[in-house]
Amino acid sequence: MDKTINIKVKVWRQAGPKVKGHFETFELNNISTDSSFLEMLDVLNEKLISERREPIAFDHDCREGICGMCSLYINGHPHGPDDEITTCQLHMRKFKDGETITVEPWRSAAFPVIKDLMVDRRAFDKIIQAGGFISVNTGGVPDANAIPIPKKNADLAMDAAACIGCGACVAACKNGSAMLFVSAKVSQLALLPQGQVEAARRAKAMVAKMDELGFGNCTNTGACAAECPKGIKLSNIARLNREFLCAKLKD
Amino acid sequence: MWLKDSSIGRKLIMSISGAALILFLLFHGTMNVVAIISPKGYNMICEFLGANWYALVGTIGLAVLVVVHILYAFYLTLLNYRARGFERYAVTKKQASVEWSSKNMLVLGIIVLLGIGLHLYNFWYKMQWTELRHMMGADVDISKATDGIGYISELFANPVYSLVYLIWLGALWFHLTHGFWSALHTLGWNNDIWMKRLRVISYILATLIVLMFAAVVIYYYGCSLVC
Ligand code: HEM
Ligand code: SF4
Ligand code: FES
Repeated sequence: MDKTINIKVKVWRQAGPKVKGHFETFELNNISTDSSFLEMLDVLNEKLISERREPIAFDHDCREGICGMCSLYINGHPHGPDDEITTCQLHMRKFKDGETITVEPWRSAAFPVIKDLMVDRRAFDKIIQAGGFISVNTGGVPDANAIPIPKKNADLAMDAAACIGCGACVAACKNGSAMLFVSAKVSQLALLPQGQVEAARRAKAMVAKMDELGFGNCTNTGACAAECPKGIKLSNIARLNREFLCAKLKD
Repeated sequence: MWLKDSSIGRKLIMSISGAALILFLLFHGTMNVVAIISPKGYNMICEFLGANWYALVGTIGLAVLVVVHILYAFYLTLLNYRARGFERYAVTKKQASVEWSSKNMLVLGIIVLLGIGLHLYNFWYKMQWTELRHMMGADVDISKATDGIGYISELFANPVYSLVYLIWLGALWFHLTHGFWSALHTLGWNNDIWMKRLRVISYILATLIVLMFAAVVIYYYGCSLVC
């Protein structure tokens, strides 16, 4: 037999972007500790629907830790109390019987709440659009596998590329800074020869967009890296600073 | 101007002004230790650095650094508060790897600032300022203006002042344990290997600086009890 727990879920409810929100507490009994956190919310929503009440809106898509949609701030941690996982990978066995679990949306001026636990994370897309790409100019381009790349850089670039753009770094940061995300997106390209051609332009454009969208100034507290589900390292931020400052000094 | 309009530009100003202030503290602290080793030597330094042109240029440069650092500190903190948004989390938990000081730099800075105010009143006002006023023709007594040791032993004989100075130094210690590595990180001088080293160096440096100052306070308070 599964082990089950009885819990209380305290959830942020907000009807729309401009409406004032509030907390609502729900009781849930016999939740299997083998179920995932999102399954628990599904159970809660089914219950609400059967009672003809408004279900809780929350974002999710892949439910396997790769899309970065499941943006929930659980008991004071983005993606919950476990390390290096997304909310969809969080299990109910991480919670105790009788516990009250507080679930909040990401809170950052640049990520306004759409409804309940759903926030608008398009700001990240706009930052990517500003420079997080390599232009494809057709012509005599060598094959990617014919370009030698030091193993160390390949590894660092790969680690940076693990970022799924979930926004937990912004949610965790007391300054609402997006530096960890931007630094990962700049690093994954700046470390490789293909990305170096546009490196200076990219660093300047992405940082300018990040500032324009109202993200904060990084004070190197490191809460972002501590909460990142993909283990993106703080050293990426130093690399972004380096790329940006060098680009500015060259002007 | 990107030094004002871009987040990394603003951080650059913060880090350079902060790092320059650390260099000054090292210099100031080294001189202070002389007050223990050789009180006479200390008063010679006081004379040497009285109201000479180089000491004045240094003082003005220092004042500019402090003002820039503080203005940016408030500006950054305000922007960051806004960026976090109007609604705050109901539940927040501290991450184990996050230093307490890194989240309280403004509060620590304000304590440091109050300390600086008191300190200027206790020493600078009575020393360099008095000399300056004398040079400008005011009728003031400058016989004691370079008697640093006199002022030190007088001030730290008072346990309340000694304690206030030690609290001030404590806040400075916290500010520097984060500030030093953070400044280098902002300048881009960090990677996975140096991250740990820089943090350790920050603690060593902060402790060294604070000890150099605290030693004088404790030594002269002790002297006042014994002698
Ligand atoms: C002896 C005096 C001081 C020294 C040596 C000093 C040093 C530093 C250093 C090295 C940093 C790190 C910069 C960075 O992260 O890039 C820093 C940050 C900071 N300082 Fe100071 N500081 C001093 C006084 C003050 C005062 C008086 C205030 C405010 C009233 C202040 C407020 C701040 C704040 C808010 C930060 C964090 C800003 C950030 O990291 O972006 N500091 N300080
Ligand atoms: S850096 Fe980490 S926390 Fe930030 S968006 Fe990428 S995966 Fe999410
Ligand atoms: S739902 Fe895709 S990462 Fe969680």
